[in-house]
Amino acid sequence: MSTAAPKPMNAVSDASKAGTLANPRSLVDLVLRARTFGILVILALFVLVTYLIQPSFLSGSNIRFVLADTVIYALVAIGETFVVLTRNVDLSVGSVVGLSAYVSADMFQAHPGTSTVVVFLVGIGVGLACGLVTGAITAVGRVPSLVVTLAMLYIIRGVDTIIVGSGQVVANSLPNSFINIFHATVLGIPDLAWITAILVGIAAYHLRWYRSGRELYAIGSDPAAARLAGIPIARRVFFTFVLSGMIAGLAGVFWSTQYNTIDATAANGLELQIIAAVVVGGVAIFGGSGSVIGAALGALLLQTINVALNVLGVPSLWTEAIAGFLLILAITLDRGIQLRLAVALRKRRSHLGG
Amino acid sequence: MTSPPSPVTDAVTDDAPPGAPVLSLSHASKAFAGVHALQDVSLDLYAGEAHALVGENGAGKSTLVKILGGVHQPDEGRLTIGGEDVLLHGPGDAADRGIAVIYQEPTLFPDLSVAENVFIGRQPLRAARRIDSRAMDREVEAVFERLGVPIDPERIARGLSIAEQQLVEIAKALTRQARVLIMDEPTAALSPVEAERLFAVVETLRGEGAAIVFISHRLAEVFAICQRVTVLRDGRLIISRPLTGVTPDDLVRAMVGRDIVYGEHEVHQPGHTVLKVERLTREGVFLDISFEVRAGEVVALAGLVGAGRSEVARAVFGIDRYDAGAVQVNGTALRKGSPGAAMQAGIGFVPEDRRQQGLVMEESTARNIALASLHRLQRGGLIAPRAELRFAAEWAKRLQVRYGRITNPVSSLSGGNQQKVVLAKWLARRPSLLIVDEPTRGIDVGTKAEVHRLISSLATEGVAVLVISSELPEVLTLADRVLVMREGRLTEALSREQATEQSIVAAATGQPAPTAQTEAGS
Amino acid sequence: MAADSSPSPGGRITLATGNWRGLLRWDSALVVALAAVFVLGISISPQFTSSYNLFTTSTNIGDLAIIALPMTLIVITGEIDLSVASILALSAELMGDLWLHHWAMPLIIVLCLAMGVVAGAINGFLVTRVGLPSLAVTIGTLTLYRGLANVVLGPLSVSNFPGSLTSVGINGFLGIPSISWSLAIFALLAIATGVMLKLSPLGRSLYAIGLNQEAAFHAGIRVKRIKLSLFVLSGFICAAVGMLYAFELSSAAENIGIGFELQVVTIVLLGGVSIFGGRGGILGVVLAALIYALLRSALLLTSSFNENDFQVVSGGLLILSVLVPNLAEFGRRGRELMTRRGRGTGGTGASPAAEPTADV
Repeated sequence: MSTAAPKPMNAVSDASKAGTLANPRSLVDLVLRARTFGILVILALFVLVTYLIQPSFLSGSNIRFVLADTVIYALVAIGETFVVLTRNVDLSVGSVVGLSAYVSADMFQAHPGTSTVVVFLVGIGVGLACGLVTGAITAVGRVPSLVVTLAMLYIIRGVDTIIVGSGQVVANSLPNSFINIFHATVLGIPDLAWITAILVGIAAYHLRWYRSGRELYAIGSDPAAARLAGIPIARRVFFTFVLSGMIAGLAGVFWSTQYNTIDATAANGLELQIIAAVVVGGVAIFGGSGSVIGAALGALLLQTINVALNVLGVPSLWTEAIAGFLLILAITLDRGIQLRLAVALRKRRSHLGG
Repeated sequence: MTSPPSPVTDAVTDDAPPGAPVLSLSHASKAFAGVHALQDVSLDLYAGEAHALVGENGAGKSTLVKILGGVHQPDEGRLTIGGEDVLLHGPGDAADRGIAVIYQEPTLFPDLSVAENVFIGRQPLRAARRIDSRAMDREVEAVFERLGVPIDPERIARGLSIAEQQLVEIAKALTRQARVLIMDEPTAALSPVEAERLFAVVETLRGEGAAIVFISHRLAEVFAICQRVTVLRDGRLIISRPLTGVTPDDLVRAMVGRDIVYGEHEVHQPGHTVLKVERLTREGVFLDISFEVRAGEVVALAGLVGAGRSEVARAVFGIDRYDAGAVQVNGTALRKGSPGAAMQAGIGFVPEDRRQQGLVMEESTARNIALASLHRLQRGGLIAPRAELRFAAEWAKRLQVRYGRITNPVSSLSGGNQQKVVLAKWLARRPSLLIVDEPTRGIDVGTKAEVHRLISSLATEGVAVLVISSELPEVLTLADRVLVMREGRLTEALSREQATEQSIVAAATGQPAPTAQTEAGS
Repeated sequence: MAADSSPSPGGRITLATGNWRGLLRWDSALVVALAAVFVLGISISPQFTSSYNLFTTSTNIGDLAIIALPMTLIVITGEIDLSVASILALSAELMGDLWLHHWAMPLIIVLCLAMGVVAGAINGFLVTRVGLPSLAVTIGTLTLYRGLANVVLGPLSVSNFPGSLTSVGINGFLGIPSISWSLAIFALLAIATGVMLKLSPLGRSLYAIGLNQEAAFHAGIRVKRIKLSLFVLSGFICAAVGMLYAFELSSAAENIGIGFELQVVTIVLLGGVSIFGGRGGILGVVLAALIYALLRSALLLTSSFNENDFQVVSGGLLILSVLVPNLAEFGRRGRELMTRRGRGTGGTGASPAAEPTADV
């Protein structure tokens, strides 16, 4: 919690004395760049090893399978990244996906012949509504996001259960055109993967090139300084929750195209996988650094590992445990690197400045 | 420019101010929770002038700075900028009006690039409202060139030294075309070389017509770069006038409110060695520190802020770890990195930052006093609340702490009484060695003298005392011996007879001291 | 994880003194709420006070309330443990698996308790020695331990535990029909925890850590060791409750205790313990647990309410328990602002305490 938050500038004040203005591009930069690269390397290694043991792992259909399976995780990870960058967390995404999946798919059941576009809009609308509530309580009511989204996780799931009642959406009530969305490919890559990639690109572009994007990093980097700099913190934080909700809503519709049979347990516990993906992907859990591309790669890595283990004969029961383990491993490694860096900076300064 | 201009030759002002003030604050007052931090203070800033703002800690300087910076809003008073009445609703407002504040600890975003830090919230844009990062880098590079400092605009801010961070803040002010630049103790953490460079920058800006507010405890710096001075004391305005004709002694008198603040030194008879520090080293912080403190003597650790004095004390007490060396208390080796072990060995430690380290501000006075003695207050594992209150009240009385109710939060006490609570907390353990870091920082003059008497009488009772202080007069009043640190090393050990302001300053700065070099305030 | 929380020095003081009084008010409000819920329950159904219903209610709340005790201590030090339900599940499912493999029950119990200690120690180690935020760590171990629980037992369900043990789910404590064993254990532990918190040096240290960790460390309090022990304690208790819970259900299966962490955190925060640490006490938590249990029981007695509906209520309670004090604080500041404006002192009237609204 708050007391355990590392003071961001500790390394600096430790090393405040000796002044070397002629610093080459810093160690820190290098390490951060290496972070995303590191995931790619691990991913490549994993794929390679699995391929050597089980060559069918790299077959076209299996690659498609992994990508299709990654889509929802990568998509939701975009919104989660926005939230985490501002030093908040959204634990409610799994429930939002579940609710949106049921409500959108149920449109076909309740009003046969509904256009797919309307269904997508409804799904996104469900997410938007959830995001508005979460965002308002967090940003305006000033309740810590952990508390709000933990509560929303259960509230939304509860609402979902109430709406679903004893029923469920079954595959044959969905039109083929809708189910086919999941299976359609362009150039051998699933359509949904393309859409997700495009959204990741847009999000990355926004975070990199727009003031409102940069300000999210600033807020997570140092909230007090952000206030001094006149950044509208509440508005920005509110926006991230709304975005996270909308994206989770969209992912919910994707979910129903993928699984077709939807009941009240859809996407249960998804939030943990998402947070694992985001953190493994190099987004600092205390905000301020990381990228959506990293988060998407984190999701890809997690799914690849799951599928690979499956291919290697490890039962899928392990999925959750592995996600938890990787999450802990990632934050531990990041912390280790950070500490070493601080010590290195302190010592280097003493050598140059002495 | 490398050598600071002398006050006489460089003073551009006569008594007549050059034109209308750029910024004028009149009759401002501000209270927090009923306590006046600032009362009826007026301040005029003129273009092309560096205006010194001096006063002891707690005099109201920070509050004044925060009012000018739009962080606080005055309860009363009027602010005029460029002849126009304004209300600053927030820091953003102040920035828009051309006021830039550089805080002692700059507030940069460690994860953003230097250029982004300079331009956060107002990055130059190109088509489709995208950030034009090339223009941003170019502009920041140009500013750094003008300041003569080689900082890469594209590197991230994490890992910049304090001096570099300040320069980034200055760059921020320059790109905003700030008319008023307020610097809150900018040199506190700088090496002499870095400070010189900063002065050169200030001189340049002043030449370009900026109004500068310069806050410093080092009067030599004030005389070197400022043309006008305002002295605050206890939240009130004491002097505001051109600096010509003012002597350092005048300023000190104005700051403390009387001529003689410090009592006579009391000579003590040292006994056996209590603390023995041998070749203590923490890489990058301090190096090869060896010294002893004997029972019944007061040893002062002097030096500039950032010389590593507090860090040595923290390492001895076990707050920080050290890389090499050893600490002995009463002949027994002390385990490193354990305040508990240090306390058991008989050390008490009054830390530098009372609010963050010395006290649990939201807890009651009684609980704060008892906090380090809990194991002594328990019977069968439980604390008898009444015994605890009696214990606390007794120690509060011995130290003449003035409090309303002993169960009220300690935050309701004045700074001086809070400091006495910290002292009571440690004295209640009857330590054989007491380390006091900045014993009188930010407390009123009367209490200051009381604390000095207390420390001296402790030594008389046979306690070994190690005092860290940035106030030279305080060092000279209290110390039987003075150790001086500079840039992480122990550079001088002065006996009572050798210790003078000049000799200490010389050892602390590594240069023979000019006569005007006075450290005043905290 | 607040969006931003750095009140100026001036504001903090008033806030803090206000909070102590606020806590007393909160406890009184809880007493009133408890009475109201009781009246509600009686008016909904005469079965509310039947010994069968009371037994069910007390069984349901006992387990959660026991876990809420170490959670209270952890939250007071400014940390959080979200992995409680997963440790509970791991213990229950480990027990089920070992029982399935014909291990001796005493050995199983010792092993499961040891597992809880290890699980808690891992949390504590990562938080105190590695220096990671407890939120992130315990979200991770929530996933990890739950995942391991799934692996241990798989989709199986074990229900043939010895009848002497599963009788805790049928018979009351010492033959009192309306009081469950878990509630009785909770009562004992709550008294012990309450005394410890209020009167022991350790209790003082916990509050000091929560209010100002640095000052506590400077006063010789072993912050890291204490936090580590709390996580270990939490793991131990959760493991014990895991077995107790499985005996009560007479079953250990997948998804056992899922979502308990929300209910436990709800009880703790509803009890007036500050999520930022340093504030709160056992009395409030006990009252909150009773309110929670009786409200649940009362609502479930109505025909239109089921377990899932109560999930929504539970989440709402959690948000309200933090939001209400915040709103009260806003209201107070708002009124202050108005009076200040009314005085027309010529300043802008925005005190630092009122600043939070400025950046909305």
